[in-house]
Amino acid sequence: MDKGNSTLTLKRTAGTFRPLALTPSEDLKGYILAHLGRAVLFLIACTSVIAIFLIFLFVIRESVGFLQTESLWGYLSKTGWYPQAEPAKFGSVAIIAGSLYVTAASLAFAVPIGILAAAFLSDIVSFRIRAVVKPVIELLAAIPSVAYGFFAVLILAPFLQKKFGFPTGTNALNASIILAVMALPTIISVAEDSISALGRELREASYSLGATRMETMFKVVIPAAHSGIIAAVVLGMMRAIGETMVVWMASGNAAQIPHPWWDISQSVRTMTATIAGEMGETPKDTSHYYALFMMGVLLLVLTFSLNIVSEYFLSRAKKATGRA
Amino acid sequence: MRKLIICTMLAAGLAGGALRADTLQLEGSTTVGPIADAFAEYFKSIYPDLQITVKKTGSGDGAAALVDARCDIANMSRFMKEKEFKDAVAKNIFPVAHVVAMDGVCVIVHPSNPVKALTTAQVRDIYMGKIKNWKELGGPDMPIVPISRDTSSGTYETFHELVMAKQEMAANIEYVNANPQAHARVKGTPGAIGYVGLGFVDTSVKALEMDKVKPSRKTIATGTYPVSRPLYMFTAGYPKLGSMTHRFVTFHYTEKGQELIEAKGFVPLTNY
Repeated sequence: MDKGNSTLTLKRTAGTFRPLALTPSEDLKGYILAHLGRAVLFLIACTSVIAIFLIFLFVIRESVGFLQTESLWGYLSKTGWYPQAEPAKFGSVAIIAGSLYVTAASLAFAVPIGILAAAFLSDIVSFRIRAVVKPVIELLAAIPSVAYGFFAVLILAPFLQKKFGFPTGTNALNASIILAVMALPTIISVAEDSISALGRELREASYSLGATRMETMFKVVIPAAHSGIIAAVVLGMMRAIGETMVVWMASGNAAQIPHPWWDISQSVRTMTATIAGEMGETPKDTSHYYALFMMGVLLLVLTFSLNIVSEYFLSRAKKATGRA
Repeated sequence: MRKLIICTMLAAGLAGGALRADTLQLEGSTTVGPIADAFAEYFKSIYPDLQITVKKTGSGDGAAALVDARCDIANMSRFMKEKEFKDAVAKNIFPVAHVVAMDGVCVIVHPSNPVKALTTAQVRDIYMGKIKNWKELGGPDMPIVPISRDTSSGTYETFHELVMAKQEMAANIEYVNANPQAHARVKGTPGAIGYVGLGFVDTSVKALEMDKVKPSRKTIATGTYPVSRPLYMFTAGYPKLGSMTHRFVTFHYTEKGQELIEAKGFVPLTNY
C-alpha cells in the first residue's frame, strides 16, 4: 500500500501535479538529504584546508620535543650543525642563510628576465609567436626537479668549474641558476597576466602624450602592474625556497655561510636539503629528529607568510585592474 | 554458498599461513642494514612465507632490542659495549657475535692529483679544515674540496669513527647522499677528496694509500688497511641449528651471500 503511494507521488512529481504540501516524512527526508549533501560537499571542499591544518599540527607537534631538550634561541643563533656529534649541536643559522642565499641569488637572475619576458610577451611580440612561446615556457614547470638536478650536477657543475675556475661546481651559484630557471615559468605567467590585464587605455594615453614604446613600458605599464609583478616575484620566491631535490644535488650541502659573504661560488646548504637528506635515516624521537621538524616549522612559517604576502598583492592587482 | 566456500578457504589459508609463517626480526646498524636487506630479499625469494623485517635504527638500538628480546638478530657495526653485554647477561641472554663482512672506506682523489698517499691524521686535518691546499701535502697549488657522505649514512659513520676519531668536520665540507654521487663529484673536480666503499673505486678516481697501506680486498679483509672494521650480527646465544636465524647468520659463508655482500660494496670474509 505504502509502496503504491510513493510510486504515485513519483509519477505526480514527474508530471505537473506536484502536491504543494509534502507529507511530514517527505519533508523530513528532504531536509536531511539536503543538509547531508551540503555537509558532504562541504567536507570535500574542506579536504585541502584540513590537510594544511593537519600538516601544521603534525609538524608542530613533532617539533615540540626539540624545545624540551634544546633552546630555540641557540637553534636560531648558532652556526654549528653536528647532529651526529656527542653532544649533538643544532645551530641552524648557516642553513637558514643557505636557503636565503640561493633564493636571493635565483631571484636576482629570474626577476629581471621574467619581467622583461612578460613585457615582451604581452606588449611586443605578435600573437602567433606568443601562442608558441608561452606554452613552451610553461612546459619548463613540467620538468621534474630531479631532472634539473642531474643537469646541474653533470653539466652545469663541470661547466662552472672549467669556465670560471671555481674549486667546486656544486655551489650556491649552480643551485641559483637552476632555481631561477624553475621559477621563471611562474614569474613570467603571473607577471604577463597582470601586465596584459592593464588594458589599452593606459598605454594609449601614454603614447598620446608622446612617450616612446620603451618609456611607456618602463614608466607606465610596469609601474601600473606592480602589484601583480610583486605577487609573481613572491610566488617565484616560494618556488625557489621550497625546492628540495635540485638544491640537494646542486648546492654542495656544506653547512657554512660563504666567506666573504658575497662569494656565491661556495657551497651552501638549504633547509629543505637538510630535511630531505637527513630525515630518511634519523631514528624517531631523537633530538636530531625533533631538530629536523623544527626546521620544517621554520620553513612552513616562511612559506606561509610569503603566501599571505602574495595573496595580498594578487588581490590588490585584481582590484586595480577591476577599477580600470 | 560461494561466499561460504571463499570464507572457509580464506580462513584455512590464514590459519595455514600462520602455522607455517616464520618471522625474523632484525634491528640495528644502518651500515649493516644494506647487507641484511639484501639477505632478507634473497631469503624471501626462497622462503615465500618468511616474514622478515629489517629496522635500521643504529647499533645501540640493535643491542637494546636484542637485550629486550625485541629482535632475533641485532646488526651492529661495532662490538657490544661492556654495559650492553652486562645488561644482556643479567637477563639471561648471552650475545654471540657473527662477523658477516668487513667494511672498508677508501679515500679517493681526482686521477690527475699527484698525491698518492696520506696518513689518517692528514685526512682528518683536511676534513677538520686545518689543511686547505694540496700544496701543503706535496701536491699542486689547488684548494682542497672535501666531500663527505651525508651524516646519516653508514659510510659516514665508519669514516667519522676511524678517520675523524669522532671529531667534528669543518663547515665547508660538501655533502652528497650516495656513494655514486661522491664518486661522480670527485671524478669531475680536480681538487676534490672524498671517500666511498671499496666497491665504488674504479680507474676514473684514485684511491689513496692510507698510512702506507693500499686499500684492497685483501688489506681490508685482513684489517691492515686502517679504515676497515668488521660488521657484526649478534644473536642471543648461538642460534638453534637449522633454524631460520641460524641460516641467516651463516648465509655469508655461501657463494650467494658473498656475492650480495660484494654487490653492496663490502668485503666478504674470504681470503682469495
